[in-house]
Amino acid sequence: MNAHDPAKLASARPDFAAIAAWIPKGASVLDLGCGDGSLLRYLKETREARGYGVEISDQNIVACIQNGVNVIQGDIDSGLSGFESNAFDFVILSQTLQATRHTERLVKEMLRVGREGIVSFPNFGYWRARLNVLLGKMPVSDDLPYQWYDTPNVHLCTLDDFESFCTQHQVEILSRHVMTGDRTVYLLPNLSGSTAVYRFKRAV
Amino acid sequence: MDSSVGIVTAQRAQFDTPLRLSSGAVLPRYELVYETYGTLNADASNAILICHALSGHHHVAGIYENQPKNVGWWDNMVGPGKPIDTNRFFVIGLNNLGGCHGSTGPSSPDPETGKPYGSRFPVVTVEDWVESQARLATRLGIQQFAAVIGGSLGGMQALQWSLAHPNRVRHVLSIATAPRLTAQNIAFNDVARNAILTDPDFYGGDYYQHGVVPKRGLRLARMLGHITYLSDDAMADKFGRELRSGDYQYGYDIEFEIESYLRYQGDKFAGYFDANTYLLMTKALDYFDPARAHGDDLNKAFAEATSDFLVLSFTTDWRFSPERSRAITKALLHNRLNVSYGEITSTHGHDSFLMQHAHYFDLMRAYLNNVAREFA
Repeated sequence: MNAHDPAKLASARPDFAAIAAWIPKGASVLDLGCGDGSLLRYLKETREARGYGVEISDQNIVACIQNGVNVIQGDIDSGLSGFESNAFDFVILSQTLQATRHTERLVKEMLRVGREGIVSFPNFGYWRARLNVLLGKMPVSDDLPYQWYDTPNVHLCTLDDFESFCTQHQVEILSRHVMTGDRTVYLLPNLSGSTAVYRFKRAV
Repeated sequence: MDSSVGIVTAQRAQFDTPLRLSSGAVLPRYELVYETYGTLNADASNAILICHALSGHHHVAGIYENQPKNVGWWDNMVGPGKPIDTNRFFVIGLNNLGGCHGSTGPSSPDPETGKPYGSRFPVVTVEDWVESQARLATRLGIQQFAAVIGGSLGGMQALQWSLAHPNRVRHVLSIATAPRLTAQNIAFNDVARNAILTDPDFYGGDYYQHGVVPKRGLRLARMLGHITYLSDDAMADKFGRELRSGDYQYGYDIEFEIESYLRYQGDKFAGYFDANTYLLMTKALDYFDPARAHGDDLNKAFAEATSDFLVLSFTTDWRFSPERSRAITKALLHNRLNVSYGEITSTHGHDSFLMQHAHYFDLMRAYLNNVAREFA
């Protein structure tokens, strides 16, 4: 835990750097499904962000505290009633969107609590995923490391799916960053990108 | 792993500066009995105050000489290598004002009459306790606590520290507590008080002179308390409908194991605890309500707080439910204070905060490791 190194972490989780690039110094962030608190710690160290995580797992609560970040134990699928409206500059959902049950309500809640939302998720439209399905198998990869029977991912989507979701739900996309590994993807992102990161706000 | 602080000795501190209480009454002088474990570091930055709950006292950890069974009430949590690690922290436990374990209270002699205070002992509040604790801290050379920690009524004191003395406490650990009691909770306290107040041996609080104690009332109060500190499931697990003799006796003697347990606990408690102290402690619980002075707005109550917080609750605690701790957390979030909140899955109800529980202890240890890192 003491060997925590922001540079190493960013290479292990390229979406962290992509997210950090959108966070101005000293911003307030709420990280939903924050895991062991690595992203929050990364944002604290690189962006001086003032943040809180929300986690359901006991083990991760301890890990967050060990990482020196604030964490609130709770189930994000039951809403964000513990948080006031417009309390944060950013509400982040990093690699968690696909594992939420009430995804629609949660995105709405993100934009109630935060001025902007940031999500990252594995792109199910990535060509390897498509190829797997074409070959008759559910995709298993670094981004989707689970078997069909033990996956927490109940709401997988593609970039196109997410973007139409935003249009239908009065969500305005402000930026998009598509990656495969740590390489940024510009061409045919819905086919050649394995991870997508979006920044968005309420459409007015 | 035997990691006891070992043999400890209680100490006393005498205070001759009058203490003005929330009620307006003034205590001209008083004594506090306390224990300390570990060593205060050179800049006095490693001190932790442990605030006790309803029936607690200053004997938090360790044992007394020649009394190996007289183990401190939080000995599983406090000691060398334990979550509240006495190798790193200087830990203070005290008996609160109004207590019956050595600090000045209703059973202490009133210097004016030489007889026990009894009904003349003033009602003290959580706020008053924190003031008396602050004076003790000053006496011990502690300007700022690394942490103030408490469960239940002790948690209220820990919260009050962050409100009354924000610059004197860096971390507050608020465990199984509430920002104020609910009506149901006050109701339980009032039934307990009524059991004592209506005991013919109570004599308006001046039973000492009559050579009796209102044992029946105190026993009932404790029995009721015990029911509310346990969860339905914990009671079912521990006692179920077990019968002592295996069959119904069709009478009113002890038949079910739960009856036996409650009566035993009640008797034991009534044998050593002071009824006036019980009344006073429950009243302190009822009165605590920092939002009251701020138009019932808990957010405003915490506006001056600057400490970092760890807030913990237990899933089956219905007397100080997780919802109450979430309300505290929400107010801290509103004020942009550092706070972590853990909701610990436990079957033991309110009593969970005193029990050994792996995840609970991991949380405490992880948080206090960070606290220790600030001065190490």
